[in-house]
Amino acid sequence: MSRHRIKDIDYDEDDFYDDEDAAADPEEQEFLQQCTTAVLQQLGAGQPSVTATKEEVQDALWHYYNDIEKSVNYLRGKREKEATKPQKSKIQTVPAYPAPPSAAHFSAADFFRDCPWLNVPSHRKADILVEPLYPRLGLLGGAPENGGKLSKLAALAAARKKKEGEKIPSPPETSTASTPNLEQPKTSSLDHPGTSRSLRDRLAASGRSTPKASEGPGSIRRLATPSSSSHAISKRPAPETKKPSVSEVSESMQRVVLEAKEEPEPQQTVPTIRASPSTFASTILGAATGPTAAEPSHLHSNSSDLLKIYGQDHAEPFDFAAPSPDDVVLNAQNTAKGMKSKSGTSKAAVAKKGQSDLAGGMKELSVEDKVTVKSKNLDVISEYEKSTRKRSANFVVIGHVDAGKSTLMGRLLADQGAIDQRTLDRYRREAEKIGKGSFALAWVLDQGSEERARGVTIDIATNQFETDKTAFTIVDAPGHRDFVPNMIAGASQADFAVLVIDSSVGKFESGLKGQTKEHALLVRSMGVQKIVVAVNKMDTVQWDHERFEEIEQQISAFLTTAGFQASNISFVPCSGVLGDNICRRTDDPHASWYTGRTLIEELETSEPYTHALEKPLRMTIGDVFRGGVQNPLSISGRIDAGSLQIGDQILTMPSGETAIVRSLEVDGEPSDWAVAGQNVVLNIANIDPIHLRSGDVVCRPSSPIPTITSFTAKVLAFEHLMPMQVDVHRGRLHVPGRISKLVASLDKASGAAIKKRPKIVGPGVVARVVVEMDQAVPLEAPTRIVLRAGGSTVAAGLLE
Amino acid sequence: MRCIKNKIEHNGSGAVTLCPDEPEDMWHAYNLIRPGDILRASAIRRVTTVQDTGSTSSTRVHLNLVIRVKNLDFDPQSSQLHVSGQIMNETQHTKIGQFHTLDLELNRNFTLEKEVGADGEGVGWDSIAIESLKDAVDEGGKRRAEAVAVVMQEGLAHICFIGQFQTILKQKIEMSVPRKRQGGGDHDKGMNKFFKVTLETLIRQMEFNTSLTSGANNEAVRPVLLASPGFVAAGFQKYIQSEASTTTPGLKRLLPSLVVVHSASGYTNSLSEVLQSPAVKRILADTKYARETKLMDDFLEQLRKETNKATYGPREVESAVEQGAVGRGGGILIVSNRLFRSQDIAERKRWVSLVDRVRDVEGGEVRILSSDHESGKRLEGLGGIAALLTFPIIEEDIDSDVE
Repeated sequence: MSRHRIKDIDYDEDDFYDDEDAAADPEEQEFLQQCTTAVLQQLGAGQPSVTATKEEVQDALWHYYNDIEKSVNYLRGKREKEATKPQKSKIQTVPAYPAPPSAAHFSAADFFRDCPWLNVPSHRKADILVEPLYPRLGLLGGAPENGGKLSKLAALAAARKKKEGEKIPSPPETSTASTPNLEQPKTSSLDHPGTSRSLRDRLAASGRSTPKASEGPGSIRRLATPSSSSHAISKRPAPETKKPSVSEVSESMQRVVLEAKEEPEPQQTVPTIRASPSTFASTILGAATGPTAAEPSHLHSNSSDLLKIYGQDHAEPFDFAAPSPDDVVLNAQNTAKGMKSKSGTSKAAVAKKGQSDLAGGMKELSVEDKVTVKSKNLDVISEYEKSTRKRSANFVVIGHVDAGKSTLMGRLLADQGAIDQRTLDRYRREAEKIGKGSFALAWVLDQGSEERARGVTIDIATNQFETDKTAFTIVDAPGHRDFVPNMIAGASQADFAVLVIDSSVGKFESGLKGQTKEHALLVRSMGVQKIVVAVNKMDTVQWDHERFEEIEQQISAFLTTAGFQASNISFVPCSGVLGDNICRRTDDPHASWYTGRTLIEELETSEPYTHALEKPLRMTIGDVFRGGVQNPLSISGRIDAGSLQIGDQILTMPSGETAIVRSLEVDGEPSDWAVAGQNVVLNIANIDPIHLRSGDVVCRPSSPIPTITSFTAKVLAFEHLMPMQVDVHRGRLHVPGRISKLVASLDKASGAAIKKRPKIVGPGVVARVVVEMDQAVPLEAPTRIVLRAGGSTVAAGLLE
Repeated sequence: MRCIKNKIEHNGSGAVTLCPDEPEDMWHAYNLIRPGDILRASAIRRVTTVQDTGSTSSTRVHLNLVIRVKNLDFDPQSSQLHVSGQIMNETQHTKIGQFHTLDLELNRNFTLEKEVGADGEGVGWDSIAIESLKDAVDEGGKRRAEAVAVVMQEGLAHICFIGQFQTILKQKIEMSVPRKRQGGGDHDKGMNKFFKVTLETLIRQMEFNTSLTSGANNEAVRPVLLASPGFVAAGFQKYIQSEASTTTPGLKRLLPSLVVVHSASGYTNSLSEVLQSPAVKRILADTKYARETKLMDDFLEQLRKETNKATYGPREVESAVEQGAVGRGGGILIVSNRLFRSQDIAERKRWVSLVDRVRDVEGGEVRILSSDHESGKRLEGLGGIAALLTFPIIEEDIDSDVE
């Protein structure tokens, strides 16, 4: 907000009032009276005799520094000129165009008010406008103060002026004395302390000649009448709330009218030449109509917009040129007390506030619009407790390449009705066209063109289906060893795992050596407790019971050593292509020996999982994409901890940029809120997509996740560990790093150090290692990480 | 680098005049020149003269300066070597003791003199220095073509230039490629854009002229290794092919030199795997870095299999040499040349004497690895020095606790 950034540019306006004070100086007034009468006498006596109003005379006197003779000559000349024109009373003169209000004097600001360069930043403008562009002395007869030879008269005038200048400093003081609350510092808090008094008083004269009219629009800036000033102050802390700028302006106009009525005009004789603009006009043109109006410079509005863009608008930059908060309050109090004596200071402060309000209004109109989303301020956790959603569970499907993971899941989805028959038929037709008929079911999940062409899953795919009790989310992981990083990303989203095993001869054995083992170890080290083993392709071995038992035996032996509890392991013989024992029992007579649960029944036995709802928000970005026309930027992922709702401000690390949540989807359904454990798509705004990468972490600005370049971790070695280069994986996060130090090898059970600084750590040993990374990475303890090197997993463990 | 004049005395002092003629020679010069050496090279110095009236004028003058080296600054990206030190010869424009930074230039001779001081001030041309001089001087013009490697994965590519002695990461390309989604074609679009940017960058970095006419002069195209996990590299090759057949026919000259290899990830970590792949070995034959990579793999293999017959780390290796384990019959000392680049003369002496001892006294083999290579980087992780031992030694824990 630039409320205080526009400095006081209506310089002369301040001085009008100073002049009122100045006029109150009795000594001077007396002298003025004397001179006036003298002039009037001379005018009357001279040939031809001329009449002039007292004001005219005083004006003239003022201009000629009380030189009676000159004033008389001037007035005579003026009358003669007027006589040649059609006689019109000066008071009724209404020019068709906004002429300078009085021929006597003009202010520079007045003169140039419609010049574009008036839009210079106000803090610079002030300096320019301080000096009247034309030395007033030279207006009639008098030579410029310092230009060449001085005429005698001019010299005299200058001398007088000087004297006057010395004399004058007293009046403002007398006036401030009448307002006890306004003390010296406030007077000095004027923006232009360098301005000399005499200069001011010279300018002050224009106060008399400036018509009241010019005050109409000008005082838009002064709209800080008692109520509005306090209003403005109270408003400041909440910049997000939209300000109806237009209505504010019109409101201020009403106040201006009131103010005008209230204000006693000491010099009512001053002719009102210009009509005050209509409310409409001032609303439309705003400041532009006023000669000294606060046209918020475009520079200014730009800078504030920039601040807005960078989301720092809430932190109002403090401009020390503006009155201190105390002053603002005091001024507000003064005006509230109905003190009519308006000192220059309070005026300035008031005017300033008015300007910045207007500037604020201008900003609202700026093209660069920032999306603001109103938060519903829900208590997400209680909403979550109230909600009647089904139990939800995520499971990851793992196994060696070509074990039939995608096909099995495609079958599951098809049988559950999550995918309609027409689509399935289309897939079948297209798959047959490229000679991969058996892959039709896998195409449900393998959506990528490359995946389909090659018949292999490359990236994880998620899909939802529901049973009567539970809403499941399938995370189909790739089995190929090159895509284990993607599988890790999938496994990090899972509550439990389905391990698919190819039971056909030779395939099972090769799988066990390959990714069956690696995947199982990985999911275990990612914290997965429960595992369902789907012994797939049983139809190819004629549902051989012995084969099943052999597999069951080997796998369960392996899984128990990997750390799974026997009660959490279950085996289901099935066939993905045929759909046997998946959603329905097989009718193959060879399979009559199996009486256990089908796969879907087995899945449903999963227990509900609890998530850290109360913890600060953490969500690893899985994907950054364009969600559509309405949502140009979306991110997806699973909330690891905490909760989220529409309108929340989020911080992405490591970029450290903030964004706002425009809307969000939970499992593909629009929602107002989301909690940990749910798969969400966040449609966000106010952030550049270059700051978002998959693997980044979304958190709250209030509790950001730290970014680190080195960490100590307790890991279980799968292969030999030594100081070496590794890839660090955590969910989607994948960064290069190196083990810089082997701190100690540890006892598996007790965790006590067995050997400090071992040279090498063998497979199966738990060790504490230090890992360094080249770039800062958002990681915090306790996080499960996986270390890989050369295409295989070397260790997995917990950040300390 | 060509050796113009060689005047090395038996006691190790003396001077050589060298003429660098390719960027990598700067890297050799960086290894040869040590603080304390005397370097003579042509220089351009800005000289400011003050007239009697007080007006100043400055001119740039071409000088031959001799400086005593204080500091070296090597920029591997642009292969520039800046050597700063104090001027030792007086010229019309310079005084003795003024500081100057020499920028060594290609095809301009420089003379490097090393002194053997009585009080051990300078070490002269020790065995390591002589060896790196031999490495630097390419006698038979046997410089093999270097290769360009593009290590990539989805949304990430590293373009590296693999030279004889160093691997330079020229550019990293990072893009956010949308993942596959239900019914979304953004992934393919994103990948295409990624390939486009990578190809443009590659062509720019290789200074490859894609215009058809330039094909006439038959300039040799360096082999380009495309490495990635999965199908990214293959996809990139396909993309280049389609570009060559549609929009930029000039790319056709590039096609035969493309080699697709597998790598575990898109980071430079996996360069070793790239260099070890059979396809690359066939092209690059028996190059120094291939040998170095092999050596490191052997060492790590040994460390895995017979933990006690291999060791790493400065103190451990020194103690192994002390025990005579790095000797005849398979003892190999592997040293990163970073250790010899040490600013501290005593430090350098420590390693030179260790190397000399292994080679001359123990009869073991010494291999000095370039720290700017992938294998050298792996060695750096192990503390810059490692050794394959002839017999297993049991390390005392005290040894390692000290550090």
